[in-house]
Amino acid sequence: MQPNSLQLENLKIVTLVSVGKHPQSGRVRRADQDSRAVELGLTLAAQNPDGLMVLHAGDPAEPGLRSYAGMGLAAINVLQLDPAADAVAPLGEQLQQSGADIVLTGVRAESGEGSGMLPYQLAEKLGWPIVSRVADIVSVNEGVAEVLQALPRGQRRALKVRLPFIASIDTAAPAARQSAFGPAQRAAMTVTVVEAETDTVRQSWDEAVARKRPKRLKVIKAKTAAERFKAATAKSQSEGGRIMKKEAPEEQAQAIVDLLIEEGVLR
Amino acid sequence: MSFEWLNPLLIATALLLAVIGAVRRVKLWRAGQPDQIDLVAGLMAMPGRYLHDLHDIVERDKYMSKTHAATGGGFVLSALLIMLVHLLGIDSQLLAWALLASLTLMFVGALFVFKRRLNPPSRISKGPWMRLPKSLLAFAGGFFVLTLPAAGVLSDGFMAQTSGVLLTLVLTALIIWGMGELFFGMTWGGPMKHAFAGALHLAFHRRQERFGGGRSTGLKPVDLSLATEVGGVLGVAKPTDFKWNQLLGFDACVQCGKCEAVCPAFAAGQPLNPKKLIQDMVVGLAGGSDAKYAGSPYPGKEVGHAQGGPDQIITQGLLDPETLWSCTTCRACVEECPMMIEHVDAIVDMRRFLTMEKGSTPNKGAEVLDNIIATDNPNGYAPASRTHWAADQNLPLMKEVREAEVLFWVSDGAFDMRSQRILRAFVKLLKAAKVDFAVLGDEELDSGDVARRLGDDATFQNLAKRNLAVLSQYKFSTIVTTDPHAFHCLRNEYNDFGSDALEGVEVFHHTTFLNSLVQQGRLQLDPFVGGKVTYHDPCYLGRYNGEYEAPRELLRSMGIEVAEMERSGFRSRCCGGGGGAPVTDIPGERRIADMRMEDANETGAELIAVGCQQCTAMLEGVVEPRPQVKDIAEILVGQLVDPTAKGLAKEVH
Ligand code: SF4
Ligand code: SF4
Repeated sequence: MQPNSLQLENLKIVTLVSVGKHPQSGRVRRADQDSRAVELGLTLAAQNPDGLMVLHAGDPAEPGLRSYAGMGLAAINVLQLDPAADAVAPLGEQLQQSGADIVLTGVRAESGEGSGMLPYQLAEKLGWPIVSRVADIVSVNEGVAEVLQALPRGQRRALKVRLPFIASIDTAAPAARQSAFGPAQRAAMTVTVVEAETDTVRQSWDEAVARKRPKRLKVIKAKTAAERFKAATAKSQSEGGRIMKKEAPEEQAQAIVDLLIEEGVLR
Repeated sequence: MSFEWLNPLLIATALLLAVIGAVRRVKLWRAGQPDQIDLVAGLMAMPGRYLHDLHDIVERDKYMSKTHAATGGGFVLSALLIMLVHLLGIDSQLLAWALLASLTLMFVGALFVFKRRLNPPSRISKGPWMRLPKSLLAFAGGFFVLTLPAAGVLSDGFMAQTSGVLLTLVLTALIIWGMGELFFGMTWGGPMKHAFAGALHLAFHRRQERFGGGRSTGLKPVDLSLATEVGGVLGVAKPTDFKWNQLLGFDACVQCGKCEAVCPAFAAGQPLNPKKLIQDMVVGLAGGSDAKYAGSPYPGKEVGHAQGGPDQIITQGLLDPETLWSCTTCRACVEECPMMIEHVDAIVDMRRFLTMEKGSTPNKGAEVLDNIIATDNPNGYAPASRTHWAADQNLPLMKEVREAEVLFWVSDGAFDMRSQRILRAFVKLLKAAKVDFAVLGDEELDSGDVARRLGDDATFQNLAKRNLAVLSQYKFSTIVTTDPHAFHCLRNEYNDFGSDALEGVEVFHHTTFLNSLVQQGRLQLDPFVGGKVTYHDPCYLGRYNGEYEAPRELLRSMGIEVAEMERSGFRSRCCGGGGGAPVTDIPGERRIADMRMEDANETGAELIAVGCQQCTAMLEGVVEPRPQVKDIAEILVGQLVDPTAKGLAKEVH
């Protein structure tokens, strides 16, 4: 075996965390998906506590970070940057430098932009694969990770992905452990001040509280309890859709645009 | 041959060994954390506390109080006189006769101890404790015969001449045995340790306010700055993290099992036995295992596997965390303990470590705490929906009126549909009595009770401070709440945070307040005609705050003669809802609420009157058929003579 054969015990895992926002009170907290990402990181690094680095780009004095620390982290690394700056570039650099094998993030942030784009932008920048909506990382062997991706209705898809990669963690992943006050107070904030370009696009935006997306009304045709149960649990059979695998990318994109226009999303 | 030199030597040796043991024991206690206690004042007050405070509790068991007075009193007197007569050799017939008298007293007392131990109840410990009455008899008997010559009953030479060596040997054996138990054993960990540790415990008790009939039930705040101090730990991880006088308190336990007999968790078959818990703390402070423990185990857990030491983490080997999480903090054990030991303090101290350092609050604990932190209520409802229950009530808001005679503290019952019925009933009564009141509305936060009992003192203190900051903006002379838990926090636990928001403010439970309204004639009530009624005392109203009478008087004012349950008043059995127990939900063989319902059923009552929304929820959770459960406010509303309604009725006819 090579000295660094990329087994679980000597992996370098980095979990990216953002500042969460409680849906009912709007109060700062650890973000649900991000804290699941920390949980998964802690589980993966159970044999090798130094193998996990929790990284945040923003304000090191942010109290929300402490609730991640309360999960038993000795330190949180913070790239301190201007609130208006774009975090992608410095995060990408940091990840490259740190020699990360697995990068864990939430699917989307609970505050700020919340576009869910960050993991993709990082993957693009680093040229790494990204696996979205991961429920669990089962094993890592010879530089290949076996990953369970969360699908709707509790279904899972097993994937194999070569290290290094980025995984965005779904709410189907194991819940985060309790955050304890003592360790939260004690954890060190390891700060690196970084310069980054201002996110000029965002500056022109207005921020508003997100509203629940309206749901399409479902006409329930089921007559019996058994039918209703089936309707509630069975995998949704997409109707009228098209699977486009072989077509040219332009054609695929056009199909998406057409659908959006048809649905009235684009006008 | 003569052994005259032997007895003084034996006595001196025993006393010397006792002193060495005492120094050793004191060292074990002093390994705990410092606490501010006036040592001299405590020692001065100790005999009085023994005779009044402790004796008042022992007096509940007449047999035992008389037995103890004879045995203990006889022993203390005898020990002093033995030193004078046999150690110092003072030749006085008067002293010798006094000694004979006190030994007789002790002997008679010991006979009664012996009798009680013939067929001992399961709650008391066996083992070395079964030996104690015999040791007492040996001591009293041996010294009695030994003292006869000094009293002039037998000539000095009698021993040596008549019966010779044999009697001398027997007597020597008896006094060695007796002194071994009573002098040596007192400080080296025998059953008699309770006398030595107990006396000092009374002197240096952590809650000095309890003596002289006082009440001290509020938990002590954690110094949160310890979190960032080097080597600092929140809560109690190791025995030495307790205050030194808590350790001393554990050592005072007489293993009488009074606490075990009343503990609802023990009765429910959950893995908690307050007596064993205190004994395990003794194992921890002295180091060793629980193999010698000879009492009832934690239900479902075998004795003999617990290991501990002063510097070992308690929950790693000495105690299963489940034991700590089974407690409902009902204080029944503390109320019964003749040694005035503080079980609940110890349990919450250890929970604090588990929650604030380990993050291991079981079951729904973590979720509830997260909710409280994020939304100021345990279920994670939107904070802005706190007053939804009162949308149709037109309640004056403090934010608008800024001043009212009475502040109605609504509590988290605001979010619960069943509790809302109680709140509505209470509001109706307030309006009927034309009370000038207001509520805080969305400015009110969870009182912090559950967080604190679950060991999260950081969150409790945060809530307390924020609540106090809100309260300090408004003027009111009285706070009334329908929730005994919030009542307890506001009345007994909010005073530790340097706020003057509650200065000069009286905090009442709604039953006390309503009772005064009825007594003042501000509420007119019809007599109640609905069959037999029993009353369940909420722990946080009764044992925590001493209010047993007002609810009963209220019921009487409606013509209800309460059919008391066997366990009522200060002996009331918990409903199982306190201390976060429904949240941590440690499995047992029975449910506490079911047992309480059995108590109620035995009275034949058709209605259980309660004064707490938590009790209501727990008791109503018992499967039917069972008596109805109603808060006293709800019963009152049903009997309210509404002048406007009367007028209407007349018009109709
Ligand atoms: S703790 Fe108190 S009540 Fe319980 S066994 Fe010991 S002395 Fe008795
Ligand atoms: S407070 Fe109540 S539940 Fe807890 S140990 Fe004491 S008697 Fe048992």
